[in-house]
Amino acid sequence: MNPPGRRAPFLASGQRPAQVLRPGPDLPRPTPAAGAGPSPPPQPAANPGRDLVQFCFVPRASIFVTCIVDQLFPKVGLAMLEVLERIGWQADFPEQQTCCGQPAFNTGFCDEARTVARHFLDVFRDAEYIVVPSGSCTTMIAHHYAELFAAETEWLELSHRLEPRIWEFSKFLLEVARVEDVGASLQRVVTFHDSCHGLRGLGIKDGPRRLLSHVRGLSLREMDAAEECCGFGGTFSVKFPEVSGGMARTKIDSIMRSGAELVVGVDVSCLLQIQGALARAGLSVGTMHLAEVLAHR
Amino acid sequence: MTGAQEQKIRQTLDDPNLQLAIYSATGRLMSHRKAVVAPDVLPDYQELRTQANLVKRHAIENLDYYLEQFESQVVARGGKVIWARDAAEVAAFLLDLAKRKGASLVVKSKSMTTEEVDLNERLEREGVAPVETDLGEYIVQIAHERPYHLVAPALHKTRFDVADLFSRELGIPRETAIEKQTKIARSVLRQKFLAADIGVSGANFLVADSGAVVIVTNEGNGRMTTTLPKVHVAIAGIEKVIPRAQDLAVFLKLLGRSATGQPLTVYTSFLAGARRPGEIDGPQEFYVVLLDNGRTRLLADREKRQSLYCIRCGACLNHCPVYRKVGGHSYPGVYGGPIGSILTPQYSGVLHDPWLPFASSLCGACADVCPVKIEIPKLLLALRSEVNQAQAASGANRLERFGFRAWAWAMRHPHIYEMMGFLGSALFGDREKWIRKVPRVFRIGPLAAWLSQRDLPPLPDRSFRQLWRARRKAAKN
Amino acid sequence: MPREDILHRTRTALGRAVGDPPAPAPPPRLNVPEVDLDARVASLFANIEKLAGKTCRAASPAEARAYVAALIGDRSAAASNAPFLRECGITDLPSVRANFASVEELRAFCSDAEFGITSADYALADTGSLVLFSSQEEARMISLLPPVHIAVVPRERILTGLDELLTGTPLPAERSSSMLFVTGPSRTADIEQILVRGVHGPGEIHVIVV
Repeated sequence: MNPPGRRAPFLASGQRPAQVLRPGPDLPRPTPAAGAGPSPPPQPAANPGRDLVQFCFVPRASIFVTCIVDQLFPKVGLAMLEVLERIGWQADFPEQQTCCGQPAFNTGFCDEARTVARHFLDVFRDAEYIVVPSGSCTTMIAHHYAELFAAETEWLELSHRLEPRIWEFSKFLLEVARVEDVGASLQRVVTFHDSCHGLRGLGIKDGPRRLLSHVRGLSLREMDAAEECCGFGGTFSVKFPEVSGGMARTKIDSIMRSGAELVVGVDVSCLLQIQGALARAGLSVGTMHLAEVLAHR
Repeated sequence: MTGAQEQKIRQTLDDPNLQLAIYSATGRLMSHRKAVVAPDVLPDYQELRTQANLVKRHAIENLDYYLEQFESQVVARGGKVIWARDAAEVAAFLLDLAKRKGASLVVKSKSMTTEEVDLNERLEREGVAPVETDLGEYIVQIAHERPYHLVAPALHKTRFDVADLFSRELGIPRETAIEKQTKIARSVLRQKFLAADIGVSGANFLVADSGAVVIVTNEGNGRMTTTLPKVHVAIAGIEKVIPRAQDLAVFLKLLGRSATGQPLTVYTSFLAGARRPGEIDGPQEFYVVLLDNGRTRLLADREKRQSLYCIRCGACLNHCPVYRKVGGHSYPGVYGGPIGSILTPQYSGVLHDPWLPFASSLCGACADVCPVKIEIPKLLLALRSEVNQAQAASGANRLERFGFRAWAWAMRHPHIYEMMGFLGSALFGDREKWIRKVPRVFRIGPLAAWLSQRDLPPLPDRSFRQLWRARRKAAKN
Repeated sequence: MPREDILHRTRTALGRAVGDPPAPAPPPRLNVPEVDLDARVASLFANIEKLAGKTCRAASPAEARAYVAALIGDRSAAASNAPFLRECGITDLPSVRANFASVEELRAFCSDAEFGITSADYALADTGSLVLFSSQEEARMISLLPPVHIAVVPRERILTGLDELLTGTPLPAERSSSMLFVTGPSRTADIEQILVRGVHGPGEIHVIVV
């Protein structure tokens, strides 16, 4: 993926960023079908006239909140918005958005998945950055759309074009916005759950932990089964409820052993499963999406 | 799922001792593996996997060539190759051989392939007594059960189970000390080794350029089986072929480590033909049975033929959170765990156990640890799609299909989507606590399934998009 | 017929025709590191000891003989026909029998013997393995039937590992009908994952490097 290389020099730890005016280099359009890896940040040319224009330029990102956040956990969407704005980005929300199609895809209904995916591609076709508070939805779009549209050239091209522009939230913060400290504070002992798709599809492991390390008052305790699946798996959770429930209980056993009072993750589907099991077991440990933690003051 | 299958899963989940046995055994195998593939211990682990995948792909995609090369090499060294299309042909060959040799006792070292063809049952029916010699296989044999795991067949048995088994089947006083149980098995089986007429083994690899069979064990039963009896028969699926002896440098490095965390198992036998002039001992006759049993059909599927790369290490089973819950007997067919979930539907037909490809959360832990890089989650998805298509053709599972079609339509129409969400909140919206019960009329299907295990989140009274609009309006004013 | 059927189905599945040559194979991956002899011996011993095998570095054949003598005392031991064992004088020891007249005699003796003494064709340092080829010098059952296996190996035969073995001996099948790697004493963890040694093969192994 091609991060633009914009630096946020004011966001050393402890400082609140200035609201609007900030000099910064040009934000290049990411090149389509970007392959190998991040290119080095472009250097701003010495051009006073342009610098003045840039002074008033605020970077924009589109957000894809995901259907589950939209309908079940809107606070997560709001938290993500708040963090983006705090670090000087302006977010827009294309209102025609619905879902990425993953539920159908994972259940083997590829035609239906394609129907929904085409809608997504249409809605976001001109977006520069798409920020998503979910590792699994991001993997769906970035990795599986190309598989789904292997036989449809137009949609395949569009999928490839959007692939480098779609960012899971924590990766966006670290690799695009280049921010580690968003000025958050939360006095809690937390443990982090590594969601499978984020972990294995996008390499999301250290990133959220780096972000959490800057949250004032937060103490992170790793659980021994951090990388084990929570048992959600989409329709798996309702097709094989006992097995799914068993996996959830194994997960919460590990959580309890960690001594944490809060579980943090990047996918609300996992948190839904984990919190549902915690609640059923009558335990007081809570869950929070990473965005909510980072928005917290 | 059949009633019996559901019951088996439930029984396994509800048995805390069994859960502990499965979890701790697989946990141990996982951590042993992790220790020996760590970057500071095996820095080229990922390269080895890539090479193994490439070599397997090449061997499978040129399988006819390598099978013929293998055969000519075996024959050149004085052995014989028997081609068997199915279970019946394997059994027929062995029974005929036993008759010709006047053999009544056959010793076997561990082979999942022979499990696949129900070899023991077929032989017993005709009065030839096969004795399993791998301790775990021996235990499940006398318990009349299937192996529980690719590598640890008796994973589910405690020492007390074994004590009961031995005392009942061998007529000896009950002994619960594991070391003593092992000694009992050793002395019982030693008699069998020394008396057996035919030794039947599997093969971990068939080496095409050498006409050789590679067998890896820890106990020594593989050696006993292939050294003491006068006749050695190795039975292996055609997909076990690797091109060159030199490829073993990669495969042997991966197999032991992935399976049990051992850089090499205690015994690695490379057997090419019967005893040669000058050699003192070893079998006088050497046969290799090449088994098809549906493999050529899998071969034809370009996307899924990578299922045949499997070297039967069992790592995917150990790392699978589903296997670790439901155990080895909950899977239909001979092979369990993730590899079983992709093989069995291909061998038996996707509609035979239509639920099997769905019995996974697609976490991907299996693909991470597969030494030959089989893309198991990808194949599971392909199989799910095939199940759906087959069901559509036969008219089964209409409700789910219709449900997804309706869902897709709603997702394409944002207003409809919004309305559905609005309806949901209107009915259940705005509670503080997580929901444990809902009115009976709603407690059906997926909702009932969810609620059987966990609580539901309280539905917010406004969706994100509603909040967004409100926010924007407020900003304008 | 089964053979033709299976081959035909294979070719059809792969889209290949009779007599089609194979695609070029990926070259074998063999990495032979440079390791000096002392380091190899040390590595071999460390790996054997990790597996509860016993090791001994003998400065001379006579020392090797002394170690074996002390170990076996007057208990029965079967020895292979390996010339190196004779060189070390091990076959002269009173309770050691070598040069069996027939396979049956060998088997009978090995079934009761308490020790099996062999040499080894090679040793693999990185895994702590012995490499034994079946030949007129080495019978297979000597290292298999008795409960204790003693191997006496001249140090030049220690290779860095499997890669080196397969580089030097690309086709082991040409040499013998049986090539065996012995990596520690026989073991199982089939019951409750508890480790037990000495299941079917020898439960104790001694490797003497001269």
